[in-house]
Amino acid sequence: MAEDEEESYVPQPFWSGTIAFGLVSLPVDLYVAHRGRALTLHRVDEDGTQLRRRYFCPRDEEILSKDEIVRGHPVAEDRHVVVEDEELEGIAPKKSREIDLRRFVAVSDIDPMYFERAYLLTPGEGGVKPYRLLARTMEEEGLAGVATFVMRGNEYLVAILSEKGILRAEVLRFADELRSPADVGLPEPAEPDRDEVRRFTKEIRGLQEDELDREDLIDPDDRRLMDPIREKLRTGKDVVEPASRREPEEGEAEVIDLMEVLKKRLGRESRDEGGRDLQAWTREELYDRARALEIPGRSRMTKAELIDSIEKATGS
Amino acid sequence: MSPARAIWKGVVCFGEARVPVKLYSAVEDRRVHFRLLHREDHVPVSQVLVNPKTDEVVPYAETLRGYRTEDGRVVLLDPQELAELAPEPSRDIRIHAFLPLGAIDHRWFARPYHLGPDGDPGAHAALCAALEETGREGLARWTMRNKTYAGALRLHQRHLMLISLRPAEEVVPVDALEPPGGPELDRKELSLAHRLMGLLEEEFDPSRYRDEYRERVLELIARKAKGESVEVEPVPRPPPSEDLMRALEESLEAEQSHG
Repeated sequence: MAEDEEESYVPQPFWSGTIAFGLVSLPVDLYVAHRGRALTLHRVDEDGTQLRRRYFCPRDEEILSKDEIVRGHPVAEDRHVVVEDEELEGIAPKKSREIDLRRFVAVSDIDPMYFERAYLLTPGEGGVKPYRLLARTMEEEGLAGVATFVMRGNEYLVAILSEKGILRAEVLRFADELRSPADVGLPEPAEPDRDEVRRFTKEIRGLQEDELDREDLIDPDDRRLMDPIREKLRTGKDVVEPASRREPEEGEAEVIDLMEVLKKRLGRESRDEGGRDLQAWTREELYDRARALEIPGRSRMTKAELIDSIEKATGS
Repeated sequence: MSPARAIWKGVVCFGEARVPVKLYSAVEDRRVHFRLLHREDHVPVSQVLVNPKTDEVVPYAETLRGYRTEDGRVVLLDPQELAELAPEPSRDIRIHAFLPLGAIDHRWFARPYHLGPDGDPGAHAALCAALEETGREGLARWTMRNKTYAGALRLHQRHLMLISLRPAEEVVPVDALEPPGGPELDRKELSLAHRLMGLLEEEFDPSRYRDEYRERVLELIARKAKGESVEVEPVPRPPPSEDLMRALEESLEAEQSHG
């Protein structure tokens, strides 16, 4: 089960930038390739009203908006150095809006322990042809492009790889983020007893299967939770009926599934911002877009200023 | 580095076999951590739950969990019911299938753990040898701290490793997506792209990549701690290549002249 996020709306790219392959430049948007859990339980009060998470200043006992919050790094007891997002972006290497593919490695050479999480890549304006060219070449060669790049105040090591014509960025862990068996202090495996090895091997052969069944990865905790939920819906116990047909609240646009956005973004020939005019976006959506584009000063911008700077950054 | 502390103890079970193990995280968090502060007075913020209709803070102890159906009904569950639905505690890391290496695609991998022997090193060594001989990896299930995990039990540098796997619902099914389409790709461009990629091919050497930005961030923090101000400049984004063929040819030339 997962804690719910803030209000949901059209999924926005996590990052927008450029992939460089030699002198070929390819604008891309990165979307998370992992969705939330299938079963979401919201925090509600006894009337079934969904509660919202808010930041709170314990000293002033007041609820804070996003603009009233800043990041701080602890340097001493009760002392933080305040760091603005724009400062973190400002010290990024010059080409930080670019993933420069200078090295290609066999996908099968990368140990599974390196893979941290994945993003799907969709082509930006004018990027469809180089996208297809890169995807096809990498897939035919069985290679992944490996590079580091900076996104939102962190440096990432990524392997860009291609599967069925779709590019994916796999974020890899840095070598110094991983411990070897020796780091952990594991002794070298002892000389095994041959009879025991034979016994184990026999058990392994008895449980042999050829393929991974997606069904085997369905979360049993979620599954178990559905039983009482279905039972309550059947009897009507602990079920809150909606007072009226629920109108979307302000700032809560219609929910569009990540898959729908990906289909649209992969399918189109030219960028159309999901078919919606920036004017119709909520401030929250504009802010997320500005964050993906790492536009400086965005936290203090008005809606009009956000629209203006997004248009400038994307050249539309 | 001093030996790490085990985070959990369990028993790998398959058929009649039982191998006691200790789990160690194979990941070390090295990110620079930030706290969120109130901009005005630099007090670290906390999170509260608020009723959006009244703007009132609701204490955690008074909250319930709600499951919302598609038609807008909300099913309420109280903390006691949820506690009863928690998975049974168990030490078993149950392997229910052994798959050929590679059958579990890297999209599923979440977090790696080293497994060390817990007591008897003989059974542990025998399991390593048996995995080596069969060339297989185990598909595991276990319950750790009130949560059920799936994992891949495999060999890593002759030692046992367990990598947790993401639940099925969390991984976007790529098969359901269509790749970007268009006219047939130009043969000459394709062959140039292959040649360029061939020149840039090498062995994967993870030690070659360093998180240099982490060091810059720490440096920035140190400077700011001394009260220095920091200038910020926006970073431009390069335009897409219009002439693919020319870009490829020039890249290839540049690469070849490097040797």
